[in-house]
Amino acid sequence: MRVLAALSGGVDSAVAAARAVDAGHEVTAVHLALSRNRESLRTGARGCCTIEDANDAFRAADMLGAPFYVWDLSAEFQEAVIDDFISEYANGRTPNPCLRCNERIKFQAVLERGMALGFDAVVTGHYAQVFDGPNGKELHRALDMTKDQSYVLGVLTHDQISHSLFPLGDTTKDEVRKEAERRGILVAQKPDSHDICFIPDGDTAGWLSRRIGEKPGDVIDAVSGDVVGHHEGAHAYTVGQRRGLALGRPAPDGARRYVVDVDVPNNKVMVGPPTLLDINVIEAIRPTWAGPELVDGSKVGVQFRAHGEEISATAFKTEDGFRVELDQMARGVASGQAAVLYDGTRVVGSGTINRTKRKVQGEQLVGSN
Amino acid sequence: MAYLDHAATTPMYPEVAATMAKLLTESGNPSSLHASGRRARRQVEEAREQVAEVLGCRPAEVIFTSGGTEANNIALKGIAWDQRDKDPNRTRILISAIEHHAILDPAHWLNDHDGFEVQFIPVTETGIVTPEALLKTIDNDFDSVALVSVMLANNEVGTINDISELVNVTSGKGIRFHTDAVQAPTWLKVNFDELGVCAMSVSGHKVGGPHGVGAIIMSRDCTVTPLIHGGGQERDVRSGTLDVPAIVAFAQALQISADRRNDQVSRIANLRDDLVAKVKGAVPDAIYNGDLTNRLANNAHFTFPGCLGDSLLMLLDAQGVETSVGSACSAGVPQPSHVLLAMGADEDSARCTLRFTLGHNSTVQDVADLIAQLPGAVERAKRAGVPKAFSMTGAE
Repeated sequence: MRVLAALSGGVDSAVAAARAVDAGHEVTAVHLALSRNRESLRTGARGCCTIEDANDAFRAADMLGAPFYVWDLSAEFQEAVIDDFISEYANGRTPNPCLRCNERIKFQAVLERGMALGFDAVVTGHYAQVFDGPNGKELHRALDMTKDQSYVLGVLTHDQISHSLFPLGDTTKDEVRKEAERRGILVAQKPDSHDICFIPDGDTAGWLSRRIGEKPGDVIDAVSGDVVGHHEGAHAYTVGQRRGLALGRPAPDGARRYVVDVDVPNNKVMVGPPTLLDINVIEAIRPTWAGPELVDGSKVGVQFRAHGEEISATAFKTEDGFRVELDQMARGVASGQAAVLYDGTRVVGSGTINRTKRKVQGEQLVGSN
Repeated sequence: MAYLDHAATTPMYPEVAATMAKLLTESGNPSSLHASGRRARRQVEEAREQVAEVLGCRPAEVIFTSGGTEANNIALKGIAWDQRDKDPNRTRILISAIEHHAILDPAHWLNDHDGFEVQFIPVTETGIVTPEALLKTIDNDFDSVALVSVMLANNEVGTINDISELVNVTSGKGIRFHTDAVQAPTWLKVNFDELGVCAMSVSGHKVGGPHGVGAIIMSRDCTVTPLIHGGGQERDVRSGTLDVPAIVAFAQALQISADRRNDQVSRIANLRDDLVAKVKGAVPDAIYNGDLTNRLANNAHFTFPGCLGDSLLMLLDAQGVETSVGSACSAGVPQPSHVLLAMGADEDSARCTLRFTLGHNSTVQDVADLIAQLPGAVERAKRAGVPKAFSMTGAE
C-alpha cells in the first residue's frame, strides 16, 4: 500500500513508520505543523510542534528512506481543537483536545488529504490494534494496557479505522524504545509527551482565563445552598476538582469538598461532599461508531478518561446518541468528556457526555450538569 | 529526474568544482605573513579583481561574505546604523513588498527591536517597483529615510526592476540605496557603477559557484557599522578568516556565467518559453504570473487554481520532478507567498503557486518530464483541495 506516516518527531511514530516500511508498504512521511509560531527547541515534555521535533521527524524519515514533508494544519488545528477547547470550557464542559485532534486533524484532515493525493492509509504510533472482523476492520485495545490509546481513538469512524495502521498495538513501550535503539533512531530515549501541546507551561486555568476572561461569581455549597466562597470565572472549574477552591471555612462535617457542578449560565460553582459526585447514568451525544451501530440494551464497558478504568454497563440508543447505565457508581465524570464504549477489547463507539445522573433505587433521580 | 529549482540553488560548474577541490588541500591563511599566506592572499585578491570586473565595480568595493543572507544583513543593519549615527533623524527604511526574507527579516528586526520604521514600497501586479511608488512611499520626507532596498530580480516570479531609474529618485538626498542582486548575475549583465547603488548583494551558489560564499559590493563612500567583529579582514566591515577555495571558485563561476551569458540566456529563454507554452497546453486554467518582458530568462511561475502548491510539489517530487512553491518556508512549512499577495493575489491563490526555474544544465528532457507528470498531479491536487486559509484572528 501507499502509506502516509504521520511523524511527530517522537519515538513511537518513528518505529511505527519503520514497521510499515518493513511490512513492504511504500511510506511517505508527513510532519504536522499545528502552530504558525513554533518554538525552536523542545521544552518539558511536549512531544510535538517545535522545530526541533520537526527536525527529529525529518531524520527518522530519512533513515527509513521515506520522502518527508511538513503539512501546515495550523488553521484546522486552531479552529477544530483550540477554539473548540476554549468554547467547551467557556460552556462549563471538560473537553479532551487530543481526542478532538485525532478526530478532526490526524484521521480526518490528514487522511482525507492523503486519500485524495493517492495514499491508501495513514500509519501512526498510537497504541491500539486493528483486526479483521465479521464486519470489516475492528479497533481494539493495545496489548499493553498501560499504554493503550484506544480511548483517544474512540472517535474514529469505521471508514477511518479501515484506512489506519497502528503497528505498535501489540508491543510494549519498552520494546518500542529497544527497537528504536536497535534501528538507530536518534529519538529512542526522548521522553514521552503528555500535557496539552498548545499550553506550554501546563497552566490550563491561567491559559483559559487569559482567553475567556475573568467573571467573578459565587461558590455555593450544594447541600446547604450557602455561599461558601468566590471564584474568578466558573469556566476555570472542572467537576471532580478538589484543589484550588480557596474556601475560607471547612464544611460543617469537616469533610473535603469537591466541585460537584459548574453552572456557567448562572456563573455558579457548586461544591459538596464526594458522594455527590457519584453518578451511574450517562447521556452522550454526537455518537461515532467504530463498526456496526450499538445494539440497544447491550452490555458494554465504558471509559471516560484517557487512562481511566473501564466500568461495565448497559447501553441504550437515544435520539441523538446513547445512554449508559453503569453497574456501579462512577465519580467525577464531567460533561464534555468522551464516553468510549467497548465490547471486550473492541471499541464500539463513542459519544460526548452531555448529562450525568445518579439513580438510586427508592430515591429520586438526582440530576447533575 | 528533472531538477527545476535552479533559483534555490544551481549545480556548480564542473570546472569550478575542480578548481575548488584542488585548493581545498592547499595551506595558507590570507592574513598570514609567510609565503603560504601570501599565496592565499594573492588568490583572494585575484578573485576580488575578477569579481569586480564582472560586476562593474572596483576591487576595493568587493567584500566577501558567507553568502547572500549575510550580505543583505550587512546592508540593512550596517547601513541603517551608520546612517542614524550620522543623522538621528534618518530612521525610516523603505523596502519593496516583494523582497526575499533575507531583507524582510532584518528589516522587521530593525523595526521591532531597534527604533527604525520599516515601510513597504508597493509593486505593480507584475511585481515591478515604479519610481512613482517609491516617491509616494518617501512621502516628501527625504530627510528621514536612512535606506532604500529594492531587489534587482525577484526570486519567486523573476521580475526585473529598473534599479538605476529608482536610484534617480533618491540621489542627492543623503539616502543609501541597496539592491539584492542574488538572482541576477547568471541571466543579466549586472554593472554596479551603472546601477548607481551604494551596495549590492550577490551569492555564490546561485551562479554555479559554491555554497557559503557571497559578497556585498559597497561603494567607497558607503560606510557601515560592522556586524561581525574580529580580525577586520574585509575592509573592517566583515571579520573572519577568508575561505580561499570558495572565494576563488565563486569568482570563477561569476566569470563563466558572464562569458557564456549570451548563448546561455537565449538557450534557456527558449526552453522556458517552451515550458510555459506546454504548461498552458497541459493545464488550460493555469495562470502565468509575473512580467512578460522584464523577467529573468530562467523563471516560470504559475498559479494552479484549486491546487495547493505543496500538494503539487509532493506529487511531482514522488515522480522525480523537483519544483518549488516559490515562497519562503518557515521550518518546512510553505507560507502563502507574500510576493503574490503584494502583486494583488488573494491568500488562497497565493498558496496555489508553483515555480519552475531552469539553469545552466537544464535540458529539453527536463521540460518533457514535467509535462508528462503535471496534468496527473494537478488533477490529484485539485481533488485534495485547498484548506481554509489561516485566519489571524484568534491566532496563537
